[in-house]
Amino acid sequence: MEPRPTSFYVLAVFFGLFLLFLYGPTITIAILSFQGPQGGLTFPMNGVSTHWFVDLFEQQAVGDIWGSFGRSFALGLMVMVTTVVVSVMGGLAFRKRFPGSTLLFYLVITSLIIPSILISLGVGLIFNRLGLDVHWTTSGFGSQLTWTLPFGLLIMFAVFNRFDKSYEEAARDQGANAWQTVRYVVLPIIAPSLIGVALFGFTLSYDEFARTLLTAGSYNTLPLEIFGMTTNVTTPVIYALGTLTTAFSFLIVGVFIGTAILATRRRAKQASDAGKGMV
Amino acid sequence: MSSNANPSAASPSASERRARLIAGVSGLMLSAPIWAVLLFFLVLPICMIVVVSFWSATEFSFYPDFNLENYEFLFGSSVTYTVFLNTFIYAGLTWVFTLTIGFTVAYFLAFHVRSQTWQIALFLLCTIPFWTSNIIRMISWIPFLGRNGIANSTLISWGVIDEPVEWLLFSDFAVVLAFVHLYTLFMVVPIFNTMMRIDKGLIEAARDAGASGFQILVNVIIPLTKPGIMIGSIFVVTLVMGDFITVRFMSGSQSANVGRLISNDVGLLAYPSASATAVVLLATVLITIGIMLRFVDIRKEL
Repeated sequence: MEPRPTSFYVLAVFFGLFLLFLYGPTITIAILSFQGPQGGLTFPMNGVSTHWFVDLFEQQAVGDIWGSFGRSFALGLMVMVTTVVVSVMGGLAFRKRFPGSTLLFYLVITSLIIPSILISLGVGLIFNRLGLDVHWTTSGFGSQLTWTLPFGLLIMFAVFNRFDKSYEEAARDQGANAWQTVRYVVLPIIAPSLIGVALFGFTLSYDEFARTLLTAGSYNTLPLEIFGMTTNVTTPVIYALGTLTTAFSFLIVGVFIGTAILATRRRAKQASDAGKGMV
Repeated sequence: MSSNANPSAASPSASERRARLIAGVSGLMLSAPIWAVLLFFLVLPICMIVVVSFWSATEFSFYPDFNLENYEFLFGSSVTYTVFLNTFIYAGLTWVFTLTIGFTVAYFLAFHVRSQTWQIALFLLCTIPFWTSNIIRMISWIPFLGRNGIANSTLISWGVIDEPVEWLLFSDFAVVLAFVHLYTLFMVVPIFNTMMRIDKGLIEAARDAGASGFQILVNVIIPLTKPGIMIGSIFVVTLVMGDFITVRFMSGSQSANVGRLISNDVGLLAYPSASATAVVLLATVLITIGIMLRFVDIRKEL
């Protein structure tokens, strides 16, 4: 291997600083959430305690945190499942030319770039005029899909652009029908990417703020609850909550990435069954 | 096909037409759920906003009507122009910083990190914050930028300043800093993606022809990375232009952009006026994107 140029070290330092910039604030509030009972929102630490975490579990004055966490979690799962199913269907659809495919493509892009507050406002207005109550399971759910589906679809586009069609042809030559080809050939091949789509679906929903703002109704999701806290909570309890929910996000991301790595490895191991005979 | 009782009767063009019909129908059926979601939660809301922007409002309610008052008021107020200018300034500044940082990071990952495992690991490290809460990430700046925060106490202990600087938190500086913090990875990901697809042979060829590292960067890598740069730019510019919460939180409600104008109107239940502003904002965003799209074919780049 040739020796590394000086530029490598300069760039490596830059990259390190970038990571510090990305994670520094998060680490800071993680440390400060262990602030002593008398401590404030900034350093110095006034002792070390888990006071603020205990506060979070006991005191209901800070709002309905656990209720909103439950709703955000349930909504995240709903959005995740829907995003995966609909994105796969859409990915399959876009491999062919169908009437309106170009228009639909531009709608997907529009959905991605439209300011979130417009979705919030528009959906709120529609429910208002239809005489329906906004609720996180209906209007909130749909509004979040306009944000997660484009990501899911873009991933599917990228996956299918790299998909080797000869696998399907082979399946068809063996007499598989269209459904069998999708079920036993296409889906297993794209499975690791679906984990990525699921990750986007869950986390983008779990953290979504602007699109849920006017569409969640009287029961807040967690980001709405946290934002409410920023205006009237001036103790490190908000750091404790931030630390917990960030830790939860890291856990989710870790689980998804771990699953993806395992799935890829297992597939690599079983990649070829040539010479093993029929089972 | 077994159902085809009389294969000789089907001319090639007929069977082709049949295959195309099947593809079209199955494509329509498979895409039906997306159509449903986007029609009801994207197209219909936009139409509704456009319609309501012509309605009238009293202090407590709003009712169907057709007048241009909302637009007249919007375009007649000097606040509107200041706020739109502010929005563009935020977008421009954020774009410059995210592009510079994002390009450098992607360049380091794609061309200086040699092992693929490290490449993937470091890339993931850059993207993980994307999957955490933006609001928490904004809150995280308080202990850093506050009056008695880390930045101020460090600067004082170094003797750079004598007393705490006030403009660190709750200022335009904080707003742009938060934007850069939140959105740089929208630059890193597409730029890294296009860089990874550059044929390494081209770079070797340039080197063999006597190009310096800097010349390779300017004449080979940057032109080939343009599509990624454009996609990242579209993300960053639209996210910043449509934002309202970062500006509200990080400026301590002292600065305004168009998104805040809308959310303030919503807070006052002035839906027709909010809708008119929203229509103008959407038009502005779409025109900006339209101009940017002239430089890149997104569909080809995925």
